[in-house]
Amino acid sequence: MSVVTNTTTIGAIEAPSRRNTELALLAFAVVIPVFAYLNVGLAIDGKVPAGMAGYGLGLALLAGVAHLVVRKWAPYSDPLLLPLATLLNGMGLVLIWRLDQSPRLIAKSINDFGSFSPDAPKQMMYSAIGIAMFVGVLLLLKDHRVLQRYTYISMVTALVLLLLPLVPGLGSPVFGAKIWINIAGFSIQPGEFAKIVLAVFFSGYLMVKRDALALASRRFMGLYLPRGRDLGPILTIWAVSLLILIFENDLGTSLLFFGMFVIMLYVATERTSWIVMGLGMSVAGAVGVASFASHVQARVDAWADPFACAKSVNACDQMTQVLMSFGSGGILGTGLGQGNSDLIGFAANSDFIFATVGEELGLTGVMVFLLFYGLIVERGIRTALAARDPFGKLLAMGLSGAFALQIFVVAGGVMGLIPLTGMTMPFLAYGGSSVIANWALVGILIRISDTARRPAPAPAPSPDAEMTQVVRP
Amino acid sequence: MSELTLTVMRLGFLAVLWLFVIVAVQVIRSDLFGTRVTQRGSRRQEARPQQQQARQAAAPPQQRGQQNTGGGGRQRRGAPTKLVVSEGTLTGTTVALQGQTITLGRAHDSTIVLDDDYASSRHARIYPDRDGQWIVEDLGSTNGTYLDRTRLTTATPIPLGAPIRIGKTVIELRK
Repeated sequence: MSVVTNTTTIGAIEAPSRRNTELALLAFAVVIPVFAYLNVGLAIDGKVPAGMAGYGLGLALLAGVAHLVVRKWAPYSDPLLLPLATLLNGMGLVLIWRLDQSPRLIAKSINDFGSFSPDAPKQMMYSAIGIAMFVGVLLLLKDHRVLQRYTYISMVTALVLLLLPLVPGLGSPVFGAKIWINIAGFSIQPGEFAKIVLAVFFSGYLMVKRDALALASRRFMGLYLPRGRDLGPILTIWAVSLLILIFENDLGTSLLFFGMFVIMLYVATERTSWIVMGLGMSVAGAVGVASFASHVQARVDAWADPFACAKSVNACDQMTQVLMSFGSGGILGTGLGQGNSDLIGFAANSDFIFATVGEELGLTGVMVFLLFYGLIVERGIRTALAARDPFGKLLAMGLSGAFALQIFVVAGGVMGLIPLTGMTMPFLAYGGSSVIANWALVGILIRISDTARRPAPAPAPSPDAEMTQVVRP
Repeated sequence: MSELTLTVMRLGFLAVLWLFVIVAVQVIRSDLFGTRVTQRGSRRQEARPQQQQARQAAAPPQQRGQQNTGGGGRQRRGAPTKLVVSEGTLTGTTVALQGQTITLGRAHDSTIVLDDDYASSRHARIYPDRDGQWIVEDLGSTNGTYLDRTRLTTATPIPLGAPIRIGKTVIELRK
C-alpha cells in the first residue's frame, strides 16, 4: 500500500493580462542600458557621462508611452516582446554612442567626409519614430485578420519595394549593394519593410493554397513531391530572389526572402519535401550566382579565407578586423568602452556592431544578446502556436521566422560562418529603416498575441443549463 | 577610474544581462498556457509519521482509513477509504475519501461531474460527520437519490458497500 492517493482537480486558469509583469521587466530593460551608458562613460573619460540623465529619461519615456499604449489597446499581449525590444534598442543606442566617442572614427570621418556628426542622436530620433510606428500599428490595426484582405496588394507592394533600388535615379548603389533608395534626402532600405509586407502576402496566399500544396502530391523515395503546377509559386519566388541577388548584389535580402517562404511553406503544409527542395534550390542558386557575379564572389572570397584575402584585396580587411575583434574579446570581454572595435572603421556601428558586443562583452555577452533575440523569436512562435486563426498563425510564424533568419544571416556573416551580407542586426545596429521596420514587426506580433491570449469567447452552453429529465414511474 | 572598479562593472554588467534573461525565462515559465493542476487532500509529510504508526499496528489497511480523515476526528475500524462508481458512464472512477465533502451532479464544479440526463446540477453530497461516519444527503434533486432501494429524505449514514443510485449512476464506498 502506497502513500495516500490524492484527488487532482484540473481547471483552466483565468486569463492574466500580465501587464504589470511587463512594466517591471520594462523598468529593468531601461535600467540596463543606463548602467551600460555609465560604464562606457566611466571607462572612457573616468567620469559620469553628461548626457546620462537625458538618455535614460528619453528611453524611459519611449518605453513608457509604448507600455501605456499596449496596456490600453492590447491588454492581453505577450509580456516579453516589448521589454526585449526596448532593451535591445537601448543597448544599440549605447553601443552607437560608445563608437561615436572613438577618436579614431571621428578622425576617419573628418578625413573621408570632411565633418563628423554623432550617430547616437539620430538613432535616438529613429527609435522615437520606431516607437511611433509601433503605437501606430497598435492603434490602426485593431485585428490582424484585416491584413488578409490585402494579400495580393501586399504581393505587388513587396515586389515594388524590393525592386525600387533598381530604378535609375532613385536607387543608389552604396559600396556594391543596391539596396538603398534616396527620397528627399533620406536614404531608405526598402527591403526591411518588404520583409513585413511579404509575410502578409505569404500567409494570405498559403492559407488558401495549403491544402492543394500539402495533399496533391506523389510519394517518391520517402518524399512527397508536389504536382508540377503547384511548383509555380516556389519557382517564382526563387527566381525573384535570384534576380535580387544578381541585380542588387544583396545576398542577405535574397536569402531572407526565399528562406521565409520556405519556412512558411513548411509550416503551412507540414511537408519536409519543401525544406529539402528549398535548401537545394537556394544552394544551387547561390553557387550559380557566386560563380559569375563579382560582388558576391568577393564576399565569398573574404569568407573562405579572410586573412589571405586581406593581403591582396583591400576590401577584405573589415572581415579580418571583425574576427580580430571577436578574438580579443575572449570569454568575458574587455569591458564596455575599453575595446578597439572602432578599428573596423567603416560600418562599425551598423553592419559590424555585433563585433563591438563580441569584443567588449566577450563570448558571454554575445551569447546573452543571441538569447535576447532567441527569446523574441520564441515568443513569436509561441504566439503562432496560440493563435486561433490560421492567418494569424502563419503571419506570426513568418514574421518570427524572418526575424530569426535575419539574426542568423547577420550574426553568421559577422562571425564568419557564412559569407557577409549587407543586413543589419535588428534594433542594435545604426539605421533608421531597420529600427522602424522592426518596431512595426514587434507591433504586429503584439497585436496577434493579444488576440491569441485574449480569453476565448464563451464555449457552447453548459449542460447545467439543460433541463434534468424526469423519471416517469 | 581604477582598474578594479572597471573590472567589477564589466563583470557586474554581464551578470545583469544574464539576470534579465533568467527573469524573462521565469516569466515564460509562469506564463505557460493551459491548465493548472491543484493537489488536494493530505500531504505526504503528514502521512509519513502516520505510516510508521501503521506499521506498528496489526491491520494497516484499516489504519490507513484513520489517517485519511485528517482533522475529521477519530474513525472506527472498517471505515471506507474510497468512493467507487460501479455503474453509469463514469464506471471505474474512484475518489479517495480524505475527509473532504464530495459533491455529485452535472454542474462543472462538482467533485464528480455526472454526465447523466437524469441527474440534477447539484444532486447530492457525501461528507463525513464529526465521528468520521460518511453521510449522504440529497440536495433537492429532481429524481432523488436512492440508498439501496429507498429514496433518501434526510442525511443518512452510508454502510460499506451499499449502492447509492443517482439517475443511471451507482456509486458505493469501499475500503
